[in-house]
Amino acid sequence: MLHLTINGLRVTVPEGTTILDAARSADIPIPTLCHHPKLTPYGGCRLCIVEVKGINRPVTSCTTPVAADMEVATTTPAIERMRKTILELILSDHPNDCMVCEKAGDCTLQELAYFYGVSDNRFEGERRCYTGKDHNPFIGRDMEKCILCGKCVRVCEEVQGVGAIDIAYRGFNAKICPPFEKDLSCEFCGQCVSVCPTGALTGKAWTQRGRQKDVREIDTTCPYCGCGCSLTLHVRRNEIVRVSSRDDTINEGWLCPKGRFGYTFVHSRDRLKTPLIKEKGVHREASWDEALDLIASRLSKIGKKHGPDAIGGLSSARCTNEENYLFQKFMRAVIGTNNVDHCARL
Amino acid sequence: MAGLATVFGSGAMTNSIPEIENNDLLFVIGSNTTETHPIIGLRMKKAYRRGAQIIVADPRKIDLVRFSAIWLQHRPGTDVALLNAIMHVLLKEKLIDKQFIADRTEGFDAFKKSIEDITPEKAEKITGVPAKDIVKAALLYGKAKRPAIYYTMGITQHSHGTQNVFSVANLALMTGNLGKESTGVNPLRGQNNVQGATDMGCIPNQYPGYQRVDVPAIRQKFAEAWSTELSPKPGLTATEMVLAAHEGSLKALYIMGENPMISDPDMQHTKKALQSLDFLVVQDIFMTETARLADVVLPSSCFAEKEGTFTNTERRLQKVRRAVTPPGLAREDSSIIMDIAGRLGSEMRYNCMEEVLQEIGGLWPAVAGVTYGRLEEAGLQWPCPTPDHPGTPYLFKGGFPRGKAAFTPVSFEPSKELPDADYPFILTTGRQLFQYHTGSMTRRVPELNEVAPEAYIEIHPDDARELGADDGEMLRVSSRRGSIKLKARISDRPARGLVFIPFHYHEAAANMLTNAELDPVCKIPELKVCAVRVEKETGR
Amino acid sequence: MKSSLTIRICMGTGGIAAGGADVMAVFADQLATKGIRADIRKHCSIHKVGCRGLCAKDVLVDVIRNGDKTTYQYIKPDMVERIIEEHVVGGNPVQEWAVGEDYHQFHDKQIKVVLSDCGNINPEDIDSYISAGGYSALEQAVKMTPAETIALIKKSGLRGRGGAGFPTGVKWEICRSVDASQKYIICNADEGDPGAFMDRSVIEGNPHAVIEGMTVGAVAIGADKGYVYIRAEYPLAVERLRNALKQARERSFLGKNILGSGINFDIRVKLGAGAFVCGEETALIASIEGLRGMPRAKPPFPVYKGLWGKPTVINNVETLANIPHIIRKGAEWYASFGTEKSKGTKVFALTGKIRNSGLIEVPMGIPLREIIFDIGGGIENNRKIKAVQTGGPSGGCIPAELLDITVDFESLARVGSIVGSGGMVVLDETDCMVNIAKFFLQFTQSESCGKCVPCRIGTKRLLEILERVTAGKGRLGDIELLESLANDIKATSLCGLGQTAPNPVLSTIKYFRDEFEAHITKKKCPAGVCRDLLSFVVLKDFCKGCGACKRVCPAGAITGERKQTHAIDPEVCVKCGACFDACKFKAIGKG
Repeated sequence: MLHLTINGLRVTVPEGTTILDAARSADIPIPTLCHHPKLTPYGGCRLCIVEVKGINRPVTSCTTPVAADMEVATTTPAIERMRKTILELILSDHPNDCMVCEKAGDCTLQELAYFYGVSDNRFEGERRCYTGKDHNPFIGRDMEKCILCGKCVRVCEEVQGVGAIDIAYRGFNAKICPPFEKDLSCEFCGQCVSVCPTGALTGKAWTQRGRQKDVREIDTTCPYCGCGCSLTLHVRRNEIVRVSSRDDTINEGWLCPKGRFGYTFVHSRDRLKTPLIKEKGVHREASWDEALDLIASRLSKIGKKHGPDAIGGLSSARCTNEENYLFQKFMRAVIGTNNVDHCARL
Repeated sequence: MAGLATVFGSGAMTNSIPEIENNDLLFVIGSNTTETHPIIGLRMKKAYRRGAQIIVADPRKIDLVRFSAIWLQHRPGTDVALLNAIMHVLLKEKLIDKQFIADRTEGFDAFKKSIEDITPEKAEKITGVPAKDIVKAALLYGKAKRPAIYYTMGITQHSHGTQNVFSVANLALMTGNLGKESTGVNPLRGQNNVQGATDMGCIPNQYPGYQRVDVPAIRQKFAEAWSTELSPKPGLTATEMVLAAHEGSLKALYIMGENPMISDPDMQHTKKALQSLDFLVVQDIFMTETARLADVVLPSSCFAEKEGTFTNTERRLQKVRRAVTPPGLAREDSSIIMDIAGRLGSEMRYNCMEEVLQEIGGLWPAVAGVTYGRLEEAGLQWPCPTPDHPGTPYLFKGGFPRGKAAFTPVSFEPSKELPDADYPFILTTGRQLFQYHTGSMTRRVPELNEVAPEAYIEIHPDDARELGADDGEMLRVSSRRGSIKLKARISDRPARGLVFIPFHYHEAAANMLTNAELDPVCKIPELKVCAVRVEKETGR
Repeated sequence: MKSSLTIRICMGTGGIAAGGADVMAVFADQLATKGIRADIRKHCSIHKVGCRGLCAKDVLVDVIRNGDKTTYQYIKPDMVERIIEEHVVGGNPVQEWAVGEDYHQFHDKQIKVVLSDCGNINPEDIDSYISAGGYSALEQAVKMTPAETIALIKKSGLRGRGGAGFPTGVKWEICRSVDASQKYIICNADEGDPGAFMDRSVIEGNPHAVIEGMTVGAVAIGADKGYVYIRAEYPLAVERLRNALKQARERSFLGKNILGSGINFDIRVKLGAGAFVCGEETALIASIEGLRGMPRAKPPFPVYKGLWGKPTVINNVETLANIPHIIRKGAEWYASFGTEKSKGTKVFALTGKIRNSGLIEVPMGIPLREIIFDIGGGIENNRKIKAVQTGGPSGGCIPAELLDITVDFESLARVGSIVGSGGMVVLDETDCMVNIAKFFLQFTQSESCGKCVPCRIGTKRLLEILERVTAGKGRLGDIELLESLANDIKATSLCGLGQTAPNPVLSTIKYFRDEFEAHITKKKCPAGVCRDLLSFVVLKDFCKGCGACKRVCPAGAITGERKQTHAIDPEVCVKCGACFDACKFKAIGKG
């Protein structure tokens, strides 16, 4: 364990901890845009600079490991001025169209601009202008809003192991894109979307479906494969408008394309909305009472005539534990047969 | 799961998902993990980044091969031969855990005899995997400190699937790689709550918690709890029910949220069977291929419309919460069941779903400590017997439920249907990333369909050249049971002579072709191997 | 004395560009037809040599006849016949083509260590290097302990020649002390500063010296693999380097069991794809690893975690080329050159408005004035010197008033510039300092890797402010804005590129603030460079009405009858300056 002081406060952390993590462990805030706790430190946005006694230039706290007896100052007039300069620079090349941006209210850049009060910008000049749109169905890429924090590149490489995007070109023209600036053609896991601090990467399905303030968030569990990822459903007016995931569960906040983008079946027009009874080969709408009475009487008759083992029940891996329990209990205790199974083998 | 339960006395993943990243070796056999279990795939990649080595044994060059130290491309259905040869090498190299074998297992000597002459060279002839690769893989596994085996349906969906599972278990037992953190045998369950459905007793021979229906004391316990008489006779499995329907002994079927028309092998046969029922009830959220055949269709609720719990592949119970209301008159499955039970004169009344969980906990101690309150923050992995128990990330720390774990000598048996002159290709089926199971959900998500719109057959470039088929060209694929047409996807993923079709697409259903041959123990169909003919589709 | 004949033809990139290959072919051809080779037998040799510095006078040819050397300058193929006739055959050097006093003056104040063999030995022949003492340092080094070698280099005071001036011996010592199974040594030959060609000339002229220095270093730190990261734009250097590596392997100076010592070391050549930032060591490492060449934060420094996470020493070409000399001649000898803190010599690429532009090697601590006026021969066209820009795009401008400072790490830093990799651009009164700053900013901005905000966007905004100043759209406060932004970029950028990119701006503001002010407040460019601030007028008193200006004007802005005073329409004028150049009577006023 190493001892250091941050803003005069004594902090003890394990060796190898970065200044940023040490500060955050002591609840001392340091602004960042390119940092993500699960990705390799990058040191690109430069907002996390701090002063370290004995070092003659500011250091990035996200990349600098603590040393014994280090004296760190996270906020000084000089540091705050430089942070503001950096934000001014970023905003001097950003559309600043927050009023129509999908990310407004949930945007790290917007929040920092607010806290640093960047209202009149000393810098102006050329802005990147990208007219090309990416035609993939999932991920909206508005690269004019990209601040090149590189989180998407890192998550794609380090977490997803795909490497579908990287930085191309140099200087002011640097941009993040798939090879040869083609449309994205990847696994569409959307990990990049989940880490993007601005509105550069968004889910196309979310567009104009509601801002954060209108949305209720409900944590639940994914209905697809057996991984059991936790999902947060964003609901507005009884409609799921977006899916995200908390990062403190077994899936660590990562999702696959089905989990992240495959929720719209819930509101499909094909959903069954009423009981149906088949008559002369054709299904007709029926009331619940009518349908359930019919089922009860037919099952009862068949059970009486052929014995309970002439009735079988197939339960579902899509249903909850409670429903499955009730179903097998129904088959065993009510119908009287052990003919109950589900699709475990398929 | 029957296989693992036989060996250990309990069948589930022995370890948890977070433990994957601390494996120093991952042996992934018969699992296209990055597509079927993408997030577990991420943990595997994380382990790789942390220095773990990965052995992939798969007939196809799956994505995980990119991260593998070695890839064993064995012929489909030859897993036992491959595993036996690996164990042969471990035996020869003395990379076995004698202490573990002596203390915690039984039947080693007979097993040892059974693999003594299964040399890598012999296995090479059967599996097509070079003997030196088998040796290399064996050494990697044998020398690893925290190795774990991962498998999915590539191991189980065979006529000898149980044998495959025994073989996997033997490998872990002889090396003592069980009962430790980040070390074990991990079947990855394919569907969100397939573990839970099994746990809850939706299997014909076991009540909730793997308690056998043919053991009187157990039956007595359930009979008392449910205040009724219970049948001692084990029931029919899903595939057996279809057979029974076909031959007329099963008259009525109540299907809740399943689509056997697409998921079961030999679709024509399934359809005939369901049509010959006197009465079919299907309770689902969509008009599935199966629901179309039903006498009564009941609209139910999807995951976002109800309260409850799912149990994922690592035995973790997690909350499902209601986010929106069901459409139209649709109701929750639980209330429908309770309603029908009431009409049949049996009260099944619960005020809330947590009462159901409480009842389960009373009958199955492994979940007795689980409450909804405890699931608020994160899930709990069973066994969790008491309210203060933290759950169990990995199994068998102290011992196996059946006492000593049993070695089972397994000898290689070929798949039931092998290629011949008429049907020269081996067909294997599976999933792809953008679709799910029978497609009833994912095929209604327009974005997913845009990137994965239609069925295809993966075929090796050399085979395609011989057929004169171009990428994207329509091919007709036929087996002894049926015929479908779909587009060629020329790819070096399958070996020569092997073709792959994802089974999600009803319009070109892979299960028109597959063989309904069952594993004699757990009744799983042989979906991973059948013989097919591939031709260019002409004229139409 | 036996009669002998040696002809050396400068075949560095500069020599070849000036036609060296043709000159050499003609020499070979004519000597053969005249049967001279037969006459003098084996004592006749023609060889190509590397750059000897004074590139401005290429093609340079030495004819050494029976020990007497005459150096010819500006030689073209059609001049060869006369040299052979009169000098080689007749024994009378062609004096009118021989180099003059300035050539000798150019060399007299130089002390050549790194460049000592360049221009003398044949860079494509290992024996030529060995006969000049080559590889004896390696033979010595494999017999010394690593600690002895490191102590020697430390004692010599050698500091890195790539820019930062870190003591080489200390770097080696740290790397030696790190416990690791694998270590690397990398030669940084990604010379990217505009106008700098020191490293290229060294590798072209004497590639074995770099290989030898690198191998000594590898033995000292315990590396068994090395890389030379060299720009693909240096094809001749790459070719000669590869050839030299092959030869060194054949002679057991490289490869397994070097000189029977049991030590293994080999070198691979990695071509850079032309990114300036790849000269930054962490970006260079990323590039070798196959990644996009982008720097990463330090610490950890490469000596602890470098190439593929292993301890790595990265030395510049010139640094490594010094090593064999230090081993051979001793630390004291090397330390006898230079100042107390800056030892040895330094190679500079002297360019700009100077008579003798070319490559020079001088002892550290030499007064800047001596470099400019004695070695460089003063300013072209007898104009007034305005400043010397040193250190390339990372450096600064030293105004003429400070010409008496000495050239070493410390004193250049004191005046706001750097030694850097050794670029030295001389500026005269016709150079606009705002424009110079803009030029370097254009370079650094377009070469920024884009990773960090201050460099990517900050240099762009700096550049844009400079652009508007030179376009006459400068605003009051722009100088302060430039200074403020420049300082923030320096303080907050990730790597050396961004941290130094504002230097040309800050040092020009520091010494030439009045020029900035003139651009902004008076909308005038005192040097008459910034086109948007110029206006061209016909001076009535001088105009003869010849019509020359009218004929060359591309915009049709000039009107006037013959023999009448002409006039320029400022609305139409595109300020190209063609009229100014065309007028024989100095009747076009510019300002």
